[in-house]
Amino acid sequence: MELALGRLGHHVTGIDVGPDLMRRLDLDRPDAVFVAMHGPDGEDGTIQELLEMVGLPYTGSAPAACARAMDKVMTKHLLREAGIPTPDFVAFSQTAFRELGAAEALPAIQDRLEFPIVVKPSRQGSALGIKFARTPGDVPAALVAAFSYDDRVLLERHVPGRDLAVSIIGSPTGPKALPVVEAVPQGEDFYDFQSRYDIGRTAFVCPAELPGELTDRAQRLALATYELLGSYGFARIDLMLDPAGDLHVLETNSIPGLTDTSLLPQAAEAAGIDFDRLIERILGLALERPRR
Amino acid sequence: MDTPPKPPTRSTSRDLERYAGLFAARTRGMTSSAIRDMMAITQRPEVISLAGGLPDTSTFPPETLAAVTARIAQESSAKALQYGPTDGLIETKRCIAEVMATEGMRVDLDDVVVTTGGQQVIDLVVKTLIDPGDVIIAEGPTYPGAVPVFNAYQADVVQLDVDDQGMRVDLLEQTIDALEAEGRRLKFIYTVPTFQNPGGATMSLARRHELVRIATERELLVLEDNPYGLLRYEGEPLPPLYKLDGGVYVMYLGTFSKILSPGIRLGWVAAPPPVLEKINLGKQEADLCTSTLSQLMVQAYFERGEWQGYVESLIGVYRPRRDAMLDALREHFPAGAAWTRPGGGMFVWVTLPDYIDTTDLLARALRDNVAFVPGEGAFLDGRGRDSMRLNFSGSTSAEIREGIRRIGAVIAEQVALYGTLTGEVQAVTPDETEAARREPDAETGARVVELRRHSEERRRAGGR
Repeated sequence: MELALGRLGHHVTGIDVGPDLMRRLDLDRPDAVFVAMHGPDGEDGTIQELLEMVGLPYTGSAPAACARAMDKVMTKHLLREAGIPTPDFVAFSQTAFRELGAAEALPAIQDRLEFPIVVKPSRQGSALGIKFARTPGDVPAALVAAFSYDDRVLLERHVPGRDLAVSIIGSPTGPKALPVVEAVPQGEDFYDFQSRYDIGRTAFVCPAELPGELTDRAQRLALATYELLGSYGFARIDLMLDPAGDLHVLETNSIPGLTDTSLLPQAAEAAGIDFDRLIERILGLALERPRR
Repeated sequence: MDTPPKPPTRSTSRDLERYAGLFAARTRGMTSSAIRDMMAITQRPEVISLAGGLPDTSTFPPETLAAVTARIAQESSAKALQYGPTDGLIETKRCIAEVMATEGMRVDLDDVVVTTGGQQVIDLVVKTLIDPGDVIIAEGPTYPGAVPVFNAYQADVVQLDVDDQGMRVDLLEQTIDALEAEGRRLKFIYTVPTFQNPGGATMSLARRHELVRIATERELLVLEDNPYGLLRYEGEPLPPLYKLDGGVYVMYLGTFSKILSPGIRLGWVAAPPPVLEKINLGKQEADLCTSTLSQLMVQAYFERGEWQGYVESLIGVYRPRRDAMLDALREHFPAGAAWTRPGGGMFVWVTLPDYIDTTDLLARALRDNVAFVPGEGAFLDGRGRDSMRLNFSGSTSAEIREGIRRIGAVIAEQVALYGTLTGEVQAVTPDETEAARREPDAETGARVVELRRHSEERRRAGGR
């Protein structure tokens, strides 16, 4: 990305974010900041809030949209409210279990969601901490694991099916959905979340081999999610296609991978937008962002 | 929909990973992981890391290093800057023979190849012996640094349990028979018999004899990895397998990393000549030769006659650190936790209640700025998720006490939460397990608890 910005004729300074960030920004006085941080701080709106404060244009979504997308519980509540299909779920904080006796509600929750249940930390960028519980006996250990990453966890009905990802990028006429990508695990344990994201253990196919109608539906759902969360510039929405042909939105990534082999750039390329032009467009949107 | 300004560059579905089609099949086993990303955080200065396998190099006298390098510069500059023989300099091999003699072994200098650290020995031996699918028998847990090597060469690794007498050699013959019955081809047995990394256990004399007997009768090779043999804090030394076997079926891996410096990257392998010849060719293809400068440094250092005194000084540094760790574990770890009591080496292996996944626990512990190695890295079969490796050589006693206190606190938090979730009351008072309370083993000088197996059921349930 840094190279692409250089090829586009920009003067680029890479900053490893640390305690001197504000000083560096003050010193360098950039025209725009290309945010390329993943995980907490980068994706939860923290860095965006700081950049708003010092009045520097930056790429991607604003603090509120970042915070909404980073928080899986928040995202799912909003989706459910808006009538966008998402797997049924229940969310709890650690306090609910420690002080409010929520453990006693577990059997009812399990009845509603049905096994297997997926247990996830609410805010965690990678696959770490995500567990499948196949029986009631698995649930406590899965919750302990998820609470290692966040104070809030999600118990979600497991929807089997095909893993789809739809990337969205902004344009002068509004956000557009790129071709659908399908992640196909390569002969690994279906429940092995970690290896699903390892290069070489998952094949990514773009455009996904889907009937046109399904592609349209996936793209419409992704766009609706993007707008619901108030995203800006670009984002990636992950969905599940169940065997009955129904689509379910799982989550949104505010800052999807932007190396030239990541999903969004590859989807853009399939739509005829090469990497440099993609980066140029994301940067251009940063400069055109409507003021709050 | 986006209206593409030019036609899509590719209209058919394809593999999105641009170079994936070019990768060799063996790279399937070579993956990055979220755990590795997490381990990067352990390098931050505010983190007390009990994760690394680092010797304490701060005690090495800088003036000695200065004198050694000055002498090389004055006396053998051109040689030090030149390539050397693939199998290593004869001067370095004499130092190696001296180290091996200290542990009771006699070695022919022709039977030794000097390598770039002990790690290269593992790579070269696996490269020499393993075709994809060939079997290696190793300990479970095994040295985590060997796991990626086994994976890269697509070995089929069978891990034998470890107890307080080391690898369960008593299960070896039936395991070999079972492999033969299944038509699987066993090539060699990999073991760290003394102060094992990561388990801390030491193989008993009886099992050493038994292992050598089986290897001889079945004409199987054994790779004895012995980085820690000289770092003994109590008890009497046991003979290395190489000594018992006379170098017929046992290949020996030695290293200067733990007795001098890991930074000079010097190790060695002693092996039967036909095997060594292939290893030597493998090394030539890999890096031509080991650093001549490093080899001359070892020679110059050994000529000062100080190396054994330095190892003694390291023992004086590490022993109280081990004791500090064992004391802190007793004080801060909850009932239901069990740990090994190594008589030497650098590691303690802890096993927690099986509902705690140590990879997830590490994520939580890092928020409190403390790190360890999750046990799953020491297994190739998904076991080890309830275990952790703790290093005591690389941190001060004060850091160790504080680090163990912090880990103990997050474990207590998870134990309590689990109790709340299951409705069971979990005792969190520090206690020592029955096994850990036993007196030191007279033979090995170690008090070691049995390393438990993960229940099959939980593995399936919690497997990711």
